[in-house]
Amino acid sequence: MTTPSSVVVAGASAAGLGTAEALRRKGYRGRLTVLGAEPHPPYDRPPLSKQVLAGTWTPERARLRTREALDALDAEFLLGDPAVALDVAARTVRTASGRTVHGGAVVIATGLRPRTLPGPDGLAGVHVLRSLDDARALRAELRSAERAVVVGDGVLGAEIAATAHTMGVAVTLVGPQPAPMARQLGPTVAELLAALHREHGVRLRLGAAVDALTGHGGRVDGVRLGDGEVLPAEVVVVAVGAVPDTAWLTGSGLTLDDGVVCDAYCRAADGIYAAGDVARWHHPGLGEPLRLENRTNAVEQSAAVAGNILGEARPYAPIPYFWTDQFDARIHVHGRPLPGAEMTVVDGAVADRRFVAQYRHRGRVVAVLGWNMPKQARAHRQALLAEPMDAFAVPS
Amino acid sequence: MKITVDEEKCCGAGQCVLIAPEVFDQREEDGIVVLLDAEPADGHHTAVREAASVCPAAAIRLSEST
Repeated sequence: MTTPSSVVVAGASAAGLGTAEALRRKGYRGRLTVLGAEPHPPYDRPPLSKQVLAGTWTPERARLRTREALDALDAEFLLGDPAVALDVAARTVRTASGRTVHGGAVVIATGLRPRTLPGPDGLAGVHVLRSLDDARALRAELRSAERAVVVGDGVLGAEIAATAHTMGVAVTLVGPQPAPMARQLGPTVAELLAALHREHGVRLRLGAAVDALTGHGGRVDGVRLGDGEVLPAEVVVVAVGAVPDTAWLTGSGLTLDDGVVCDAYCRAADGIYAAGDVARWHHPGLGEPLRLENRTNAVEQSAAVAGNILGEARPYAPIPYFWTDQFDARIHVHGRPLPGAEMTVVDGAVADRRFVAQYRHRGRVVAVLGWNMPKQARAHRQALLAEPMDAFAVPS
Repeated sequence: MKITVDEEKCCGAGQCVLIAPEVFDQREEDGIVVLLDAEPADGHHTAVREAASVCPAAAIRLSEST
């Protein structure tokens, strides 16, 4: 395999930037083009629901790299010009402005689009949070709002609820699960997270289905639940998950199935790769396709893609990892707390809200979780490395 | 090479410690990064560049000019 003379990366967020950086770090000297849909230089998304939304950071502080560091990459960043089509055979990406960019290798790193709720379009006061512009718009409205409803009990919804509460807004968090993030944390820790939110004054409407958003005069005024109750709100945040941004790849010939389907080398077709939230690759240890929506995967997978472009031929087999900060809790999760896994505290104490928990499933360690004990949780991660990878597979 | 770390940005993931344990550590109490060596020897530079690039909070900054 020969090294391509040029690489084009569609996507200028963590995975796109990570690909460019990893290529250069590994010695690649060819032409490098990075296409970004948004006009902003690469920025970090985890702070959007926390520091940027709260206003403790300016948006500039969330930039991933300084101007000098980007210049030193010697890559051409074409920003504010989203990719709209891919020609797999010719390896060219067409952009919204009509540019056609060819690469000896093409990397798809276009991330996610937030899901929305069915209902009238264009209702003012209804927000999603994915981009910097989304965060700015939501912040502007929360500053003058008295009541907000966050629809969605995953990590993003829970973080937004916590941040909005600290901004002085009366917040209700609505979701179908018995406790926020139950799927990602397991029932015991999710219950602890629910208690944390309640103590701070966030109202939780758990196990609740959302029927529709209600509005008046073109502006949202509440959320109607499945049981008919209406939760009044001036601002509604919809955080009900996201879908891979692959609409631009329809008709390209690539296999699209909840993401860009890739082999164990993160390759979607000859010379075409995918990295980050958009990539659904065959995890060689799990023996099943996996797509991870988290920050660390974006950079680790982009480094794997860069290596494979350069001929390393190394399958990508990470241990999933994510973290979340809510109120004074910093929660770190290595591996996957599978449904039905048994949780044991292996360090600290739950009562102190400082502990490390190990999750076992069918006798194997499948996850390690730290609550305000990040260093200790990382140390216990060793127990995961000792397990055969298929221990993390979700039982069918 | 000169390294600076932004403790306020650090999320305590500890990726840097996994990649360059001679250069980075974490505080016991909250996992925030501890810089063991702000001007590491040449032999560590490749690992430090990787650590800076994969840091999930973009909390590690490098100045490569001598």
